[in-house]
Amino acid sequence: MQQALEGSQAIAKTVAQCRPQVVAAYPITPQTHIVENISKLIADGVLDCEMVSVESEFSAASVVLGAVAAGSRSYTATSSQGLLLMAEVLYNIAGMRLPMVLTCANRAVSAPISIWNDHQDSMAVRDAGWIQLYCSSNQEAVDTTVQAFRISERTELPVMVCVDGFTLTHTLEIIDLPEQKQVDAFLPSFHFSRTLDPQQPITLGTLVTPDYFTEIRHAHHRAMLKAADEIVAADKDWQAISGRASGGLIREEGAKHADTAILAIGSVLGTLREAMAQYEGEKIKLLTLRCFRPFPEDELRRMCKGVKKLIVLERALSPGAGGIIGAEVRAALSRMAQPPEVYNYAAGLGGRDMPLDLLERILKASSKPARDAFSIFDVQLQKLPAGER
Amino acid sequence: MIEIRIHGRGGQGNVVAAYLLAIAASDSGLQCQAFPAFGAERRGAPVVAFVRIAEVPISRRNQVLHPAYLIIQDQTLLHEPGLTDGLLPGGAILLNSTRSSDEMSKQLGKPTVTLPATAMALETVSKDVPNVPLLSAFLTLTGLLPHKSLVHALEQRFKGEVLEKNKQLVELAADRVPAGLWKEDRLAASA
Repeated sequence: MQQALEGSQAIAKTVAQCRPQVVAAYPITPQTHIVENISKLIADGVLDCEMVSVESEFSAASVVLGAVAAGSRSYTATSSQGLLLMAEVLYNIAGMRLPMVLTCANRAVSAPISIWNDHQDSMAVRDAGWIQLYCSSNQEAVDTTVQAFRISERTELPVMVCVDGFTLTHTLEIIDLPEQKQVDAFLPSFHFSRTLDPQQPITLGTLVTPDYFTEIRHAHHRAMLKAADEIVAADKDWQAISGRASGGLIREEGAKHADTAILAIGSVLGTLREAMAQYEGEKIKLLTLRCFRPFPEDELRRMCKGVKKLIVLERALSPGAGGIIGAEVRAALSRMAQPPEVYNYAAGLGGRDMPLDLLERILKASSKPARDAFSIFDVQLQKLPAGER
Repeated sequence: MIEIRIHGRGGQGNVVAAYLLAIAASDSGLQCQAFPAFGAERRGAPVVAFVRIAEVPISRRNQVLHPAYLIIQDQTLLHEPGLTDGLLPGGAILLNSTRSSDEMSKQLGKPTVTLPATAMALETVSKDVPNVPLLSAFLTLTGLLPHKSLVHALEQRFKGEVLEKNKQLVELAADRVPAGLWKEDRLAASA
């Protein structure tokens, strides 16, 4: 049903339709309205679920870890510093191969303090072993949330649904919310294969000596790579039910035989899509990297075949190295016979607006050979002391 | 597409105003988008929110830099530098003020209509929330949406006495400004 809803409210309603049994969250900043809305749905009797309000994000993650191990479908949401405080537990959840869904309302990481949107938080935990899916609209956030539970439960890997803080979570727009029966048809009830049971005791996350640790890491890596098929299948199957696709691993839009491609992630795609209208008929295409973990190398190479110039636009960086997505893209493309030249920029940091003319300016900046492998776009040097320019 | 920027102070229902207008647009079968420009919100601090309304789906998510209309909920904000920046040529301003439209049009150098929305809100809901009378006046001026869509939006958000009083405010404000003065017909355009 189409409704004008705030993003976080739509996500909360969708989570409720997925019938989680345990939701644990730290309710204060940097939390969004998502868990507030879920607790309202529980209080109103719409959702039968145990809501555990905890004293920190570390505990929120720990509670859902335990809840899944005990066999409950579980969910949590957080953002920026909260996600970082969860970091140790995130590795544990993934290492124990516990299925669950976490919504990360992407925000910058301090210091300096910023409450605004970029992707530094989820990028900081990219190696935790979680599947990471990035949404370019609130509709995709809703549809990806439903898909995330199935992907997670089929692969026994946790899924982080990354949704731009404020830009999506606090934007009210028309969203087609799924019907409960559609979600039920797509998502069977949860039966965890390794549920802790006193009658048949097992240990999760135990000490592993060097004899086996390597093999367990190998298995985790393999499971992540194999999850790509489940991510594609979930998007296809949900499309068959809902009529909406969310972009599989990477979505390709624009000219068929493009020589220039722009790869980006998250909600800026909406603005880029609209800006693309002025390039109709030109050999330009947009690539929406929806799935960042597992990293869709094969898909990327296939889509970059024949492309001469690839612009990677991202909203985080590794200071002292450069772009995070850019580096991974370059590594993947190095296996191509004729890889495109990569231009890598970070923009939209700490909530800096990404206006409609960004595309035009980035294309212009990329019209001559790049001086640096990576640069931050739109830096206003006059705001910095001379020594820091 | 029509882009609108709403200025107010924390506590005046600025974000609510943007959401209500977007919900009303959706109620009329139009596409909409509303979002706040977040700052460190606190009561009394200047806040900004944006609304986009169109006949076609809206995919851009950047801030509104060139609004067709400004709705200013607090006349003390007129001292803020850059308040009316970016207003499109031919754009107009709806201002919560006790002064006359002529006087304020001259002062701002842009077509301005004033409405004593604070006084109306204080009389009716006993609170300084000028957003609903301003929205009602905005709909009268532009003919963008029927007032009943605004009422439907209020019904989604409020209940009981608060809802009834806000409905009264819609009616009161609707007749206080010239109907169709800013007749709006740009909805179908893409940008």
